[in-house]
Amino acid sequence: MDRRRAQIDAAVAEENAGSDALYEDAPCGHLSTLPDGTIIRMNDTLLSWLGRAREDLVGWRRFSDLLTVGGRIHYETHLAPLLAMQGTVGEIAVELRTADGARLPVLMSSVATRDDDGNLSRIRSVVFEARDRRTYESELLRARREADGERDRFQRLAGVLQRTLLPPQLPEVPAIETAAYYHPASLDEVGGDFYDLFRLPDQRWGFFLGDVCGKGASAAALTSLARYTLRSAAVHDPDPVAVLTNLNSVLAQEQDGFNPRFCTVLFGILAPAPDHATITLAGGGHPPPLVLRADGTADFVDLAGGQLVGALADPVFVRADVDLAPGDTLLLYTDGLTEARVDTARNRYDEHDLRRLAGSLAPASAAGIVGSLTGLLEGFGDGLDDDAALLAIGVART
Amino acid sequence: MDVLRRNHVVLTGPEDGPPVLLAHGFGCDQHMWRLVEPMLSATCRVIMFDFVGAGRSDRTEWSAARYSTLDGYARDVAEICRDLDLRDVVFVGHSVSAMIGLLADQLEPDRFSKLVMVTPSPCYLDDGEYRGGFSRADIDELLESLDSNYLGWSAAMAPIIMGNPDRPELGRELTNSFCRMDPRIAQVFARATFLSDNRPDLAAVRVPTLILQCAQDAIAPPEVGAYVHASIPGSTLVTLDATGHCPQLSAPAQTASAIRSFIDEPR
Repeated sequence: MDRRRAQIDAAVAEENAGSDALYEDAPCGHLSTLPDGTIIRMNDTLLSWLGRAREDLVGWRRFSDLLTVGGRIHYETHLAPLLAMQGTVGEIAVELRTADGARLPVLMSSVATRDDDGNLSRIRSVVFEARDRRTYESELLRARREADGERDRFQRLAGVLQRTLLPPQLPEVPAIETAAYYHPASLDEVGGDFYDLFRLPDQRWGFFLGDVCGKGASAAALTSLARYTLRSAAVHDPDPVAVLTNLNSVLAQEQDGFNPRFCTVLFGILAPAPDHATITLAGGGHPPPLVLRADGTADFVDLAGGQLVGALADPVFVRADVDLAPGDTLLLYTDGLTEARVDTARNRYDEHDLRRLAGSLAPASAAGIVGSLTGLLEGFGDGLDDDAALLAIGVART
Repeated sequence: MDVLRRNHVVLTGPEDGPPVLLAHGFGCDQHMWRLVEPMLSATCRVIMFDFVGAGRSDRTEWSAARYSTLDGYARDVAEICRDLDLRDVVFVGHSVSAMIGLLADQLEPDRFSKLVMVTPSPCYLDDGEYRGGFSRADIDELLESLDSNYLGWSAAMAPIIMGNPDRPELGRELTNSFCRMDPRIAQVFARATFLSDNRPDLAAVRVPTLILQCAQDAIAPPEVGAYVHASIPGSTLVTLDATGHCPQLSAPAQTASAIRSFIDEPR
């Protein structure tokens, strides 16, 4: 221990030879330690910040004794290794403990020097007071936390709103298989895709799938309007073209020139019968649905010529009848699926790709085709930049 | 999953040398072994890695759920051993990784032939008669400092160019990775580390164990090393003439030579 004492005393004497006012009264703290942290010199400025007497610290205490416990662990696990390996650390934020127990936030830069044998011999540091910076940082951090919290709250709100615009689960239709999937483009905004399936009188069922223009709050309002108009119009007159015409009149009244209000929709009436089901469809500007047959083929239902709903005073809507035999499935989808980017060259998945895929999957149940396409959509990753909705209706195999 | 890429596993030394797996602790990454690695890889097959969340690991594989207890880190070790099909491994764990090694040995009981615990602590908190060195208030203060000094921890972790003009590539490498940890990840690792209590596991260690401690260590004081030594049956305790918590940096030659003579000892 005496040998150690003598070493420290010699180091203190050597380090303190030739003191001057520039060092002692500098507008920053100066500090020298041995590699183990023993303080061998400290200037008047730092001593006064700490409220300590030179004889209590120099030659007796280690640098880590001046740190808070958190700071000590930070120092031992991060800063000491950095210094040992790099020989220098710069602008490290640490907190020192003053004599009266208060915390003094500082920024510290240190240089390690080596003796002729290459061993660490001294660590010399300058210390700058950083109260204002710490206050500013705390403010930044608080603002960041607040922003994070707001974003979470907003996403929750958007999620709740989104769910109110979609059926929580599809109703059970006797002898009919159904499946649906919805992929929101963003957690921050309510998407513009929608679908529904609902009971009508006389063992018939209405269903629709569509896509309103825009996103966010105005799209949510439009989706809500479209959804309830389609449902009530179907009760009033279940002819699919009449339903779309009715929706067109409602949306046309809503146009204000600044917020265009239109959508693309497929609307259908499903009439299950023993061993098959008949479907009457009308299309307004929407990508054509696909029928996957029990025999392994897949084809589009021709609804070409149907125009956007809400954009024109007297639009054309096209009707088609589809008969589903056992094992046949009708698939409705939105353009989020057929316009997903599949590579960096901006190539997009298109309707031909979808038909080819459907052909390779047919025959498929409603759950089967929706499951396969869900996997496909997830595989697009960032390439899927729009909402995507799927609704499949099939007659169970006997 | 590619475990070797996920944990940025680096292999050095002769392929037929006895395998030595070096595990870093809380703070920094596998660079902590930079000075002892050359002394070991002369004769041993040295395997180094970064825990997920540290260094150049794949941070997309990180989850708070997995890494909020030491078991998650032990699974990293066990998966690396399985992936490389390591047998008769000498596991060297620094700081909290000493306990992670002990847990990994429980997961994969036939892999490790020896354990080296560098400045270990089975429990950092004081508890009754036991002196871990920290009170609950101290650890809360650490976690709070990680939180309040958020920019300090994150910005401080971006080191400046290393004093190594003859090997500039080392400087660049370190600048990009060394000691950098997302403060949120560091927060979870700190909590897992400083609130763990593995004292009950010590008595169950069956492999020969070497405990390396420093004469002066603010994180794992000598009494804690003595406690680990007394609790692991047949263990060896070596106190290095070094200060601090990282003897592999402050006394690399002593550390490497203690590890090597322990490797060479017959079982």
